[in-house]
Amino acid sequence: MIKDKVRLIGRIFIGLMLALMYLPILILIIFSFSGSSGIGAWSYFDFTFDLYGNLFANEQIMAAFGNTFLIAGISSVLATFIGTIGAVGIYYLHRRVKPFVSALGQITVVNADIVTAVAFMMFFIVCMNYLDGYPALIIAHTVITIPYVVLSVMPSLSRINPNLYEAGRDLGAGPMRTLFTVMLPQLVPGIVSGLVMAFTLSLDDFVITLFNKGSGLETISTLIYSSTKHGIDPTFRALSTIIFVGVLAVLIALNVYSSRRKKKAALN
Amino acid sequence: MTDEQPPLVDKSAAFGRVGRKPQFRRSYFSFPYIIINVIFVVVPLCILLGFAFIGPDDTFSFDNFAYFFSHGENILTMLYSMGVAALTTVICLVVAYPLAMCLASSRINKSALLVLMFILPMWVNSLLRTYALQNLLIDLFGMQRGFGAALIGLVYDFFPFMLLPLYTSLANMDGSLTEAAHDLGAGALSTFFRVRLPLSLPGIMSGVTMVFMPTMSTFSVTEIMGGADTYMVGSMINELINGGDWGGSAAFSFILLILVAGTMALSNLITKGKVETEGLGGVL
Repeated sequence: MIKDKVRLIGRIFIGLMLALMYLPILILIIFSFSGSSGIGAWSYFDFTFDLYGNLFANEQIMAAFGNTFLIAGISSVLATFIGTIGAVGIYYLHRRVKPFVSALGQITVVNADIVTAVAFMMFFIVCMNYLDGYPALIIAHTVITIPYVVLSVMPSLSRINPNLYEAGRDLGAGPMRTLFTVMLPQLVPGIVSGLVMAFTLSLDDFVITLFNKGSGLETISTLIYSSTKHGIDPTFRALSTIIFVGVLAVLIALNVYSSRRKKKAALN
Repeated sequence: MTDEQPPLVDKSAAFGRVGRKPQFRRSYFSFPYIIINVIFVVVPLCILLGFAFIGPDDTFSFDNFAYFFSHGENILTMLYSMGVAALTTVICLVVAYPLAMCLASSRINKSALLVLMFILPMWVNSLLRTYALQNLLIDLFGMQRGFGAALIGLVYDFFPFMLLPLYTSLANMDGSLTEAAHDLGAGALSTFFRVRLPLSLPGIMSGVTMVFMPTMSTFSVTEIMGGADTYMVGSMINELINGGDWGGSAAFSFILLILVAGTMALSNLITKGKVETEGLGGVL
């Protein structure tokens, strides 16, 4: 049957694309267990954990690793806090004001990263007295990830009962208390996905970090960028493997968890 | 939206109902968000604009733009970047569209996990992905650095950004429409070109904008995979910044900003025009 053939071709196509997509990552993971300096020398392939040993001994890489996660951790928590409260506010904005506020939040999302990066750099130098390093990067990463938190909290807001806020206020709780004890607990799924999104976006950032880090501070992105120019240390293969496996595991776990929860909710 | 204050209450508030304190509205929660965006997004862009229009003697001038347009190589680099970005976008679209169709077809693919597998690399650091690809293409397959390797790098890097919106629009499409076209005697090809493709236009446009601008302004991928062969506008701005030429980098960034706004407007125009003609078709 023609339909069966189409189905088969479709499945082969999906499989092929998936293989192409993960081949570079797979090769990198395999060669992270070989001490050979270049990838491709199969005859020199020796199974060893040397690169992982080197990784934890390499102060420069470990510092960049720590910086990346420190900045991502702090900025994603800040972005989640501001973005969640902002989402609640935007949701109840007057419909004539709402499009303008939404457009305001979309500026950094649609803008080219390099333009945002140059603008931040000039702003930090002119308005904040040559601010760079951790504070500059935390501010910049927080600001660029806030819109993604807002986007992921919004759908949860449309599902909660609008009268609960009024009920909380009528029973004597102040606006802040009602927000934190009545509304936010119901928004947890959206808040969690916003937090994860903000965290991974911060991990992923390169241009904005490069232009605002100042001297001396490196993140994984900037370190790889400067290293690829003059022959990269094979230790990066071990680092990449850890990050790839870590990020993929967290994201898959999160998705499995949320789809299970949805199924449970559907059953109830 | 269902929760906006009923107009009756608003009016009574305006007339000053006795014994009722001015209400704290939930919309006030958006103020910190708005203030932060104005300070850290709008103000920096204004400063960028300012530097673009400040000449060497600290007065208003178009010198930076004059410099840009009077040097042929600047314009060539800009056009080259647009060309590379357009090519990357077209390749992504041509490969991602059939893939999205396969993934959205319930006959071919039953698990949402497969879709997730394609989207996941989007969340891994792009420098790491490029580094992995460099290892594969240049070290393992012995490919030379240059245009070809850079193009593969760009497609590999931005592919999920094309696939995701395409998949979303195709998966949410009402299947009965294509069935109706089929029942009314349209063949597979004409169903595709006259029903499915026009309906997925918003997805295509959002994929195109998500791939075109980031590709055009990137410089890490092209520098790592292409070397000196693929010199893009991003590298140019980076060099100006490193050389301390703020006016020049601000002017180049401003031109990019105009291009971003242009592509967004164009994409809105195309998708909106489509929606309207569809409406008309429905009436007729």
